[in-house]
Parts: sequence; C-alpha cells; structure tokens
Amino acid sequence: MIEHVADPILEIHDLTVSYSKRPVLWNIDLTLPQGVLAGIIGPNGAGKSTLIKTAMGLIPKASGYVKLFNKDLEEVRKKVSYVPQRESVDWDFPASALDVVLMGRYGHVGIFKSLRQADKEVALDCLRKVGMEAFADRQISQLSGGQQQRVFLARALAQDADLYFMDEPFAGVDASTEKTIIALLKEMTAKGKTIIVVHHDLNSADEYFDWILLLNTRLVASGPTEKVFTKELLQKTYGGKLNILSSVGDLLHNEQFPNRE
Amino acid sequence: MNDFYIILTGILVAVSCSILGTFLVLRKMAMVGDAISHAVLPGIVLSFFITGSRESIWMLIGAGLMGVFTTLIIEWLHKKTKLQEDASIGVTFTFLFALGVLLISYFAENIDLDQECVLYGEIAYVPLNTIMLFGLELPKAIVMLAVVLILITAVIFFFYKEWVITTFDAPYAASIGMSTVLWNYILMSMVSFTTVASFESVGAILVVAFLVVPASAAYLITDSLPKTLFFAVLFGIISSVAGYYSASILDVSISGAMATAAGIIFIICFILQWIQKQIHTSPSILQAEEQDV
Repeated sequence: MIEHVADPILEIHDLTVSYSKRPVLWNIDLTLPQGVLAGIIGPNGAGKSTLIKTAMGLIPKASGYVKLFNKDLEEVRKKVSYVPQRESVDWDFPASALDVVLMGRYGHVGIFKSLRQADKEVALDCLRKVGMEAFADRQISQLSGGQQQRVFLARALAQDADLYFMDEPFAGVDASTEKTIIALLKEMTAKGKTIIVVHHDLNSADEYFDWILLLNTRLVASGPTEKVFTKELLQKTYGGKLNILSSVGDLLHNEQFPNRE
Repeated sequence: MNDFYIILTGILVAVSCSILGTFLVLRKMAMVGDAISHAVLPGIVLSFFITGSRESIWMLIGAGLMGVFTTLIIEWLHKKTKLQEDASIGVTFTFLFALGVLLISYFAENIDLDQECVLYGEIAYVPLNTIMLFGLELPKAIVMLAVVLILITAVIFFFYKEWVITTFDAPYAASIGMSTVLWNYILMSMVSFTTVASFESVGAILVVAFLVVPASAAYLITDSLPKTLFFAVLFGIISSVAGYYSASILDVSISGAMATAAGIIFIICFILQWIQKQIHTSPSILQAEEQDV
C-alpha cells in the first residue's frame, strides 16, 4: 500500500542503497505531501536511518534519485534540516547548550562571516521553545539525555527550515521531554512544516504521526496513518520476528485485543 | 640573545601545535597527528632529492603531500580492509617513517639530514643558522615557524565556525553542505607543515608532545572551545619557557625538558579536575542541583 501524492515535498524514486554489496534499501519509491508529521517505522536494521541519511546526501545512492521541493538537495539545502541521532556526537565536547544551538545558524551565515547578535537571539528563542532557556550557558555534558535531545531540536529550529529529517528524537528521553517534543512537532506541522521522524516505538506511532512509512529494506507501505497502521501491514513489515509480532498485538490497542497478563 | 631565540622557537612550535592539537584531540585523532609527524619524513627526503635543495618551501610542500597521503592510507586500510583504525595508524606511520630513515641512511654521504636530528632535533643550534630579513639577522627556523604559525592562526580564525561544526558533529556539517573531507585534509596538511617546520629544531618527539599534551590538559579543565584553545596555547608557552630554564639549570636535553614540563602541567590539570569533580558530586551540591532542575 503505497499512496502517492501530487506536488510532493519529498519524492524518492527507485532508490537502492547498499553497504559493501548488501542492499540496505531496495527499490524505494515514495512521495510525501507537505505539512505532515511522518513516522518511519520498521525493525532494527530495516534501513530507517539510512533512508533519511541518503535523502540528506550523507550516504551514496546505488541507484535512483531523491527530490526535495521538486529540486535537487543542493538547490534547497537551506530549507532542509537534519537532526542526527543523539549518540552520534560526543557530548563531552567543550560547548554550551547555546553554542550547539548557534550551529543551527551556520548554514545561514556564509563562509568567512561570523554570527551576529540577531543569530544569538534566534538561538535563545529556540532554546525557550524547547524549555531549555535556563540551561543556555550550561556545558552540554552536564545535561541529561532528554535535555541534550531538546538542544538538538532547538538547533534544528534555529535553522528555520521547511522540511525536517529527525533520527530517533525520542530515543532515551524522559516522558516529559517526549511530550514537549511531540507537542512542538505538531505545532510546527500546523504551520505547514513537514517533519519526517525515524521512530522505534510502535506503541506511540499511531498517536504521534499522521503519515506512516513502513520500512524493511523494501518500502512495505506509505500513507495516512489510518490506512497504513493495520495488523496485516505491520506483520508484513516485521515478518517473522516473533517477539515483535506479539507486541504488534499489544499495539493495536484500538481493537481491544484480549489482555493475556 | 641566544636564550631568547631558543625559547622563542619553543614557543612558536608549542603555540602552533597546541592550536592544531586541540582540534586533533576533540576529533579523537591525536594519534593521527602522531602518525603524520613521523610519516612526513620520506616526503622531506624525496623532495630533497627531487629539488636538490633544503629550501623550506619544497620541504613544506613535500611534507604536506605526504601528510595527506598518510591520512588517505590510514582511512583506506581502515575502511577497505576492516583493519582497526589504531592498527591502521600503527602500520602506516612506522612503515613510512622507517622508509624515510632508510632513505636518509642510504644516501647519508650526500644528504644534510640525519636520523638523530629528525627524532630529537637540536634546538640549541637554532640561533646559528640565520637569514637576513628586513635588515635583521634572524634565525631561519624562527622565520619559518612564525610563517607557519600565522598561517595556522589565520586558517583557524577565519574558518572558526567550520572547524567547530565539523569537529563536533560531522554528519550535521555535511547536511548543511560543508565538505567534512576537505576540512579534514586541510587540518592534516597543517599538521604536516607544522611538523616539518618544527622538527628540525625540536624533533619529532617534542612535536608529538606539543600536539597532544597541552590540548589534553586544557580539555580536562575547560568547558568551552575558546577557553580550551586559550589554555592549550598558554600551557604550550609555559612548557617551553619552564622546559628551557630547567634544562639549562639541570644541564639536560632542552626538548626533553619541554616535553616533561608539558607532562607535569597535564598531571596538575588532572588533579585539579579530580578535585573539582569531588566538590561537584558532594551530597550538598547534588541536592541544590535537583532543586534547580
């Protein structure tokens, strides 16, 4: 079940990516409408992170193309923001929360030029939006995992993009951070921003996202949550992984499966 | 005046190395710096043979190319053959350095380079080899080191935000269109230049000490990058001055005393950081933190 849309904000055509001859993504073909909060769901090793990294040009493609706003990435870089996994950086780096958020302005300030007061104000404002203004001057190693994730999100906000790719923004964060982040993302999509999130928690997926991509090397499904988040398609995505299959039962809480506990 | 020139040489090497070393340490590439500082040797010998001169400019170019080449080999071995990165570094630089040593000893009679000098340098001879510049008689090594330092400072200063972002979060830097590969090679070239410009006077071992130790000491006690850079440079300068005077009092190797001084500064910083940690994790402070959150 792959639903295509007219005037897509993201179009991926015939995309294949492989690591040393082993395909990680196979023949991905999808289109995504503007203004959705989309979740990429699939088992470990399904190529979820690889999909967004490839869209950002960080991993070479074996075949196919990616178009953003119907253009090549190079032409629209300033309108696109990428949030890497929190674990991908060394949080012992000598920098404050504000320093990291200021990095979000680097793409707007050209080479040779330095940041201005206006950039600092944007950065502080973004910290405020994620509830971290009190920690602006704190060194990033002194922050909790959830706070670090908020700082990463603030950096993405500071980029002032129209399309966001986020790699596991809910991984290892506390419940209140998760609530703050999801509220913020919903607010952003209400303003017409498009957000694509790699997500590992099936329990919250249907509640959080209004568009879902089910991925397991191949694209199993792509479409509005109510059409895609079905038992059949989830089973197709997670295949024979029994422990996950049983949790698929738990997730379909709408259908009121009998509780075996 | 000789004392002054020797100390100034030490300071110039220390400052260049401390600035570059800060970025190497933060990129977890301190050992790549070590590798490059040794692997440039065949580059120097070859450029000597090709051009027949010991003019500094050709040596810098030869060494710069060799530095980038070394980085390429290390990466290639690591990625293509799945050899661990530290093993790749060890294999590459010992091989290249040995090749350089062989070249020097084979052509020993018609080359004005020797192995002892490459490893330990001879900082005491710096004031002897002079050049006339703006009507002043200046030691050649100092002129070359000053040029390298100005170059490095300019490249780091003008592209400060590029260095910050490619060091802290390379995938993000790439996502906003920066070439992380290019910046990496620029850094490696600068490490190569510095090594070549430095080792004739201070030797490869002191270069490695100055690349890694002041930056590591500064990293322990600072919480922002400008402070880390400032303290790394300060520690480099202190090591040079303290090293020189202790060497002349104790009548020992100047390079050795400078490297030892850097090591002592590191130990002091380590202790300071340990004390700071003890204070921070004491129960009363912890309670205050919780209320704050």
